[in-house]
Amino acid sequence: MHIMEGFLPVSHAVGWSLASLPFVGYGLHVIKKILQERPQQRMLLGVATAFTFVLSALKMPSVTGSCSHPTGTGLGAILFGPVVMAPIGLVVLFFQALLLAHGGLTTLGANVFSMGIVGPFAAYGIFRLSRGLGLPFGLSVFLAAAMADLLTYITTSVQLAWAFPDPSGGFAASFLKFAGIFAITQIPLAISEGLLTVVVANTLKRFNSSELQEMKVLASQEVRV
Amino acid sequence: MKKYQNLLLLAGVIVLLVVPLLLVEKSPPTPGQQEVEIFAGADGQAKDLVVEIQPNYKPWFQPILEPPSGEIESLLFALQAALGAGFLGYYLGSAVTAARIRQKS
Repeated sequence: MHIMEGFLPVSHAVGWSLASLPFVGYGLHVIKKILQERPQQRMLLGVATAFTFVLSALKMPSVTGSCSHPTGTGLGAILFGPVVMAPIGLVVLFFQALLLAHGGLTTLGANVFSMGIVGPFAAYGIFRLSRGLGLPFGLSVFLAAAMADLLTYITTSVQLAWAFPDPSGGFAASFLKFAGIFAITQIPLAISEGLLTVVVANTLKRFNSSELQEMKVLASQEVRV
Repeated sequence: MKKYQNLLLLAGVIVLLVVPLLLVEKSPPTPGQQEVEIFAGADGQAKDLVVEIQPNYKPWFQPILEPPSGEIESLLFALQAALGAGFLGYYLGSAVTAARIRQKS
C-alpha cells in the first residue's frame, strides 16, 4: 500500500496530507489523554503499536505471485477507537519512508490516509457492528482486522486511479488495474492478519479482561473472574 | 478446542503463507528476456503500472536515503519487526507473571 516517493502529482500529495493532518492531530490528543487519565492502559497502547510495527514489516507471499504486507492497525482501532492509529501509522510510515525508501515523504499523507485512517475506521465500525449483531468476540475481531487490511489496499488503489486515470477507460479502468495488483494479492494476507489479530486479542482477553471491559471491548458477562 | 484456538489460528497463518510458495511456479524465461521474477513487491508493480498508464509522468521527488542494497533493506525491516516483537514479548512475560502472582496470593 506504499505509494512510492514522488508518484503522486503535487496537488494530490498536498491534498492527502491536508486530509490526514486533522486525524493525526486529534489522534495525538487522544493518546495524550489516555496516557494521563488512564495510565493502566499504557501497556495495551504499547501492544497495539508494537503489533503494527511487526505486521507492517512482514512482507508475505501471496497466491498472485507477488509480495505485500499486512498493516496491523485493526487491533489498536478495536481497543482505543480508530483515531489513535493515525499518529501510530504515521510513525511506522515515516520510518519506512525515511530509512527504507519504502513509500515516501511526498506520499506520506496519502499512505497515512489509507493505512492509518481508512483501515482503522473500517475496523472500528465493523467490530462495533459485529458485536451489535451478537457475533462472538473472536469472529468480530477477525472480520474487523481482515477488512481493515483489505480496505487499506483498496484505498491505495482508489488514490492511484484518481491520480492516474486510464487514457481510454478513465478512473474505473485504472482502478481495476491497481486493485488487480493490490486487492487480489491482499486477500490471503488479510485473512492472515485477521487470524493473527485474533491470537493477540485472545491473549489480551485472558490477561487484561478488566481493562478490555473498561474500554467496552468486552461485555461484562464475557469477563472471566 | 478453546484451549488450542491460538495454536490452530497460527497454523492457519502458516498454511496461508506456504500455499502460495508451493502454488506459484516460475515461468521459464523466454530467450532474450530478463529472467522472470516472482514474489516481487506489489508496491513496485503499482509503480510500473503508473509508468505504463502515463509514460511521460516524471516522479518529482526522490527518496532522500535509499538502502544501499537488498541486504541493508532487510536489516532495517528485521529491526522494525524485532522492536515490535520485543515489546510484545515483554508484555506477554509481565502479563503471565502478574497472573501467577495474583493466583498465589
